Amino acid sequence: MEGLFVLGMSVSLVVVGLIAGRAVEAKHLRDLAIREQALRHVATCNLRRLPANLAVQEAFLVTGTVAVANDYFKTFASGLRNLFGGEMRSYRSLMERARREAMCRMLAQADAAGARIVWNVRYETACLHGQERNKPGGVEVIVYGTALKTA
Amino acid sequence: MIVVNTEYIPGKRIVAIKGLVQGNTVRAKHIGKDIGASLKNIVGGELKGYTELLVESRREALSRMLAQAEELGCNAVVNVRFATSSITSGAAELYCYGTAVVVEEAPAPGGTV
Repeated sequence: MEGLFVLGMSVSLVVVGLIAGRAVEAKHLRDLAIREQALRHVATCNLRRLPANLAVQEAFLVTGTVAVANDYFKTFASGLRNLFGGEMRSYRSLMERARREAMCRMLAQADAAGARIVWNVRYETACLHGQERNKPGGVEVIVYGTALKTA
Repeated sequence: MIVVNTEYIPGKRIVAIKGLVQGNTVRAKHIGKDIGASLKNIVGGELKGYTELLVESRREALSRMLAQAEELGCNAVVNVRFATSSITSGAAELYCYGTAVVVEEAPAPGGTV
């Protein structure tokens, strides 16, 4: 009886994760597309050196950070995927969303300060601990770079 | 204080290198936020409490690094890098480091060192 209850609990959590997680993800992706479009005039590069002829007025550090949660369905799907091997699509989209969100926040900061170029962009990612061992609860991403105001 | 993550500052010339400066912090959120985050783990979405934690940690680590640079009499920190690690559940370490330097205006516009 108790086993059945636990099983039912897990199945319903997976279903809730699937439905709610999908909805949250779709909304986030739509939102990201709009914001990325609005910030397209800010260029980024991860070069260490700039072309020498670029006249720069001001240079300063800009950063973007975000922590995104894993949903229950993703945890479940990745467990299955671990049995069969192959690409973990559920985690790939989670990482992608976190990186794009952090990038958007950094670009917004640069844009608000009047910079049009962010140079030497670097990403830093860390895994957040979840409830269960070896299962990530989510990811955190920091992206940073040097914003340039050109003359 | 000029802070950049590049090796040089456009339009400025590095006249003295004072060495590595660093700042770190390990912060946690109160249990309420942790419970909220574990509920978020069912449906997914942004962990606002943890994002806030990251922002605070970044500020704290940066300000510790800048305090060190100021002590050394520098007016800029170049080549800044961030690193993170999860120490224990519900807490994050944020570490930042860079090279403290003294810069002055470069004579040529857009000149580099």
